[in-house]
Amino acid sequence: MPQGAMLVSTAVTSSAPLESQWVRPYKGHVGMLCLIAAESSIFTIFVVAYLYYIGKSLSGPTPREVLELPIFATVCLLSSSLTIHLAVAGLRKANYNAFRLWWFLTFALGSIFLIATGHEWHHLIYDKGLTISTNLFGTTYYSLVGLHAFHVTVGLIGLLTILFLALFHRVEQEHSKNVDTFAMYWHFVDVVWVVVFTVVYIVGR
Amino acid sequence: MSSESIAITGVREPSRSIGAILHTWITTVDHKRIGILYILYALVFLVIGGLEATIMRIQLLVPHNHFVSPEFFNQMFTMHGTTMIFFVAMPILFGFGNYLVPLMIGARDMAFPRLNAFSFWLSAFGGFLLYFSFIGGNGLYGAGGAPDVGWWAYAPLTSKAFSIGHSTEFWTLGLLLAGFGSIGTAINFVATILCLRCPGMTLGRMPLLAWLNLVTGAMVLFAISPLTAAQIMLCLDRFLDAHFFDTQAGGSAVLWMHFFWIFGHPEVYILVIPAFAFISEIVPVFSRKPIFGYPVMVAATVGIGFVSFSVWAHHMFTIGMNSYANTFFTISTMVVGIPTGIKIFNWLGTMWGGKLIFKAPLLFCIGFLFQFLIAGLTGIMLGAAPFNWQLNNSYFVVAHFHYVIVGGILFAIFGAFYYWFPKMSGHLYNEKLAKLHFWLFLIGFHLTFDFMHIPGILGMPRRIYTYEPGRGWEIWNVIVTIGVFFQIVGTIVFVANLLYSIFRGAPAGNDPWDAWTLEWSTTSPPPDYNFASVPVVNSRRPLWDIKHPEDPDWRYE
Repeated sequence: MPQGAMLVSTAVTSSAPLESQWVRPYKGHVGMLCLIAAESSIFTIFVVAYLYYIGKSLSGPTPREVLELPIFATVCLLSSSLTIHLAVAGLRKANYNAFRLWWFLTFALGSIFLIATGHEWHHLIYDKGLTISTNLFGTTYYSLVGLHAFHVTVGLIGLLTILFLALFHRVEQEHSKNVDTFAMYWHFVDVVWVVVFTVVYIVGR
Repeated sequence: MSSESIAITGVREPSRSIGAILHTWITTVDHKRIGILYILYALVFLVIGGLEATIMRIQLLVPHNHFVSPEFFNQMFTMHGTTMIFFVAMPILFGFGNYLVPLMIGARDMAFPRLNAFSFWLSAFGGFLLYFSFIGGNGLYGAGGAPDVGWWAYAPLTSKAFSIGHSTEFWTLGLLLAGFGSIGTAINFVATILCLRCPGMTLGRMPLLAWLNLVTGAMVLFAISPLTAAQIMLCLDRFLDAHFFDTQAGGSAVLWMHFFWIFGHPEVYILVIPAFAFISEIVPVFSRKPIFGYPVMVAATVGIGFVSFSVWAHHMFTIGMNSYANTFFTISTMVVGIPTGIKIFNWLGTMWGGKLIFKAPLLFCIGFLFQFLIAGLTGIMLGAAPFNWQLNNSYFVVAHFHYVIVGGILFAIFGAFYYWFPKMSGHLYNEKLAKLHFWLFLIGFHLTFDFMHIPGILGMPRRIYTYEPGRGWEIWNVIVTIGVFFQIVGTIVFVANLLYSIFRGAPAGNDPWDAWTLEWSTTSPPPDYNFASVPVVNSRRPLWDIKHPEDPDWRYE
């Protein structure tokens, strides 16, 4: 077939007047919302399993015996939602110093949360003898809290990457939409912790 | 009407080695190439899954047959089901969606091209991992091989006591990977359809195929994720000795069933809604009428999407739920029939009074309409709890869901192949061979799956390795197996037709069907950039407006 003949297409244009402006949602936000929807479903199944197995363990230890409320870690993680919001707000106004400061604080607060989770797990494993295979409580506790901690870890890697880019002055005002998209993920991780905290440390204890 | 193209000057295609061509396909992020990769990948697995079905049918041809061993038979039905759902139906529908959605909404590519390629290769690797189990499933125990736990993988069959070796690990990891790929693709579909529509293409003007893929994408997000979560739990059970589905430690086997079917039932609609999308595009063009009841079609699809998430436990009537659950799931199953019925009436309404062109795409659509209707009716029968107690896990159920998947979805896919093959390849297919394929496959399908209902009613359970003579099942099993060979010959004709037409088919031109959606405005096959200038649309049928400037659609919408 002649190459020239294949390259001819029909132009679809309009003679009728088009609506004043053609506005569509930003694809990063839509994509992130979709990811959050999928992640929410995954967490829902783990939460359902946790609730279903409360009190069904055949042997100890029980949640009331070993779990303590992680108040400090929770405060750190929840305040990191505020700091990341302030960071993005700074970036929108091209206030790069504010952006870097608040972004670093977000990373620090998230790291404190992860370290606290590590401490809690170390305490449970070595002092209380609770592992994922000890009983149903161990199975559901480590998998639900672990799934959340995994998401925090992924978030921290993202935070650190953007922090490095910011330190080398590679994050500009025009990137605020992209950074905002990432912030949506971090807010989601925080909201999930509210659910996990309620289920594991309040309802389940 | 004007013709245009972008002249690519100074670039002359050098004759390239096979390695270079392979390299461009493996590294591609172009939605059309990824779509074709999905489709080819699915066709390979279609042949493999078909061979597995053939082996089972030969084994069941006569009573006391020993064509294969019982262990191998278990592997065959497990691999057949898993392959056909996850590595044939889903990738082939994603492939068509990938290829068509950006073209139909006037976009350059998907919203996230690299995520698109990543999703494809994840799914592909999941398939390879599943089939590697034939070699690697033995592990160190000298037992196992391919997974043999059935495609539902009910606990406790997946526990270490009953599934030694690594076959279940291959099954769960393969599906986990494919599931991540599906979620990535779904994110891409939703973002593409919402954010990349060309100017003027409001949601109310989108082709139905785009609308239905939007609903499918949203459903994948909420339906595949529970399966992913359940697979993670199964992995924890298998690798770390967790107790999610371990009844010895207080775990629950029923919980797995719920998690699996919360995925499993919406999955049926995830597969059938893209098939609806093909029908909704082909029927109007071959009836020479616009689709009947466009807003109702969209509403019915969204309705199906919602209701399909509340019917899952109709797969579980026989496990012994309380009467409230039985009542709820019976009623919700009946309810899902309403929007589906509306769709069937709308397609019939489109054809009614139309100037029907009986070419292969329409023939497959008509086959779809009849067969999907019957499949829906047996579905309503099985959705009634008392009837279900009698026939669950019999061949009646197998016949029912093959009526949906083969008689409905596969027929729609064949129709879509013939309809869009000229666009994808630039060549027309051979109409005579296509009609031969249709009739062979139609006869084979009805021989196999009409007569499969009867041994089910007579009490033949599914998944049995062999059976005693004298129960009245023999003649039906012979007819069912004969039908399989008609389907095999039909499929060979189909593949031969495509291969022949790619090399020898007449040039298709831009618009061989005198169709109305944007993909037919560009060349066949479309250039990398899809459209030389960004299209602007004013109605649901932009090409109609161009061909009939005296009577454009936008005057009436």
